[in-house]
Amino acid sequence: MVQYNETRLDASFAALSDATRRGVLEQLSRADASITDLAGKFHMTLTGMKKHVGVLERAALVTTEKAGRVRTCRLGMRALEEEAAWIERHRQLWSARFDALDKIVEHLKSKENADARRKRR
Amino acid sequence: MPEGKEGSPAAMNRTAVERKSDRELVVTRTFNAPAHIVFEAWSKPELFKRWWVPKSVGMSLLSCDMDVRTGGAYRFVFSHPAFDQPMAFFGTYREVTPNKRLVWTNEESDQGAVTTVTFEENAGKTLVTLHELYPTTAALDEALAGSAEGLPEQFAQLEELLAGRS
Repeated sequence: MVQYNETRLDASFAALSDATRRGVLEQLSRADASITDLAGKFHMTLTGMKKHVGVLERAALVTTEKAGRVRTCRLGMRALEEEAAWIERHRQLWSARFDALDKIVEHLKSKENADARRKRR
Repeated sequence: MPEGKEGSPAAMNRTAVERKSDRELVVTRTFNAPAHIVFEAWSKPELFKRWWVPKSVGMSLLSCDMDVRTGGAYRFVFSHPAFDQPMAFFGTYREVTPNKRLVWTNEESDQGAVTTVTFEENAGKTLVTLHELYPTTAALDEALAGSAEGLPEQFAQLEELLAGRS
């Protein structure tokens, strides 16, 4: 009942462990870009950027397409899912925090109500 | 006087997170209590430390110093089984308006967010809006990717998953 493809999961974790690659994904989430554009933005050699894009491509986070001399990169489906998953994880953290806050708030409220009743007596 | 309506319907207790822009995250939730009570739980250290670190995250709060007034400082020290050393989070309260608004900075690095929390009371309930503004898009991405220290946990889960398959 395992639904994950382990090779892809592995590749995905490795791809996301690097700050430059996360930056590239972020960049591509705003607009498609060529490898040359990306190399310029991240102050890298073409070879260096090609390697990063290769890692992202193997993880299905990015797809590339060559037209003439230019290789254009865009977000792969996996990247879009990943972004949604990040947001969801963040939501879970806040949800856990706020559930705990909710209990304290309820407690303070009933204490305040009890104090108000006592005062009126 | 009306009594016995303490329990709030579950539908109200929704925590929503939205990425508002490249550098902004917004978290909202409504609490079934007036603003002064919700604010109290954010501004008194003895209350704050009881909810800020959820058990599910696996971190424990070693110390919690909060000088909640405009210009005051805060410092939290956490430990986590995955860290070698305790980790400190610190910064300054830029604005403290009782029962309405809290603004603080996060100064462990130059990539820390400025957080603004507003408390809006309506018919005895309070809408809390927490807005985080990061200095760069990369800082926000990093915060999201590392949120709840998810990676070590996921690696452990991944390991389990892979072990189960072989």
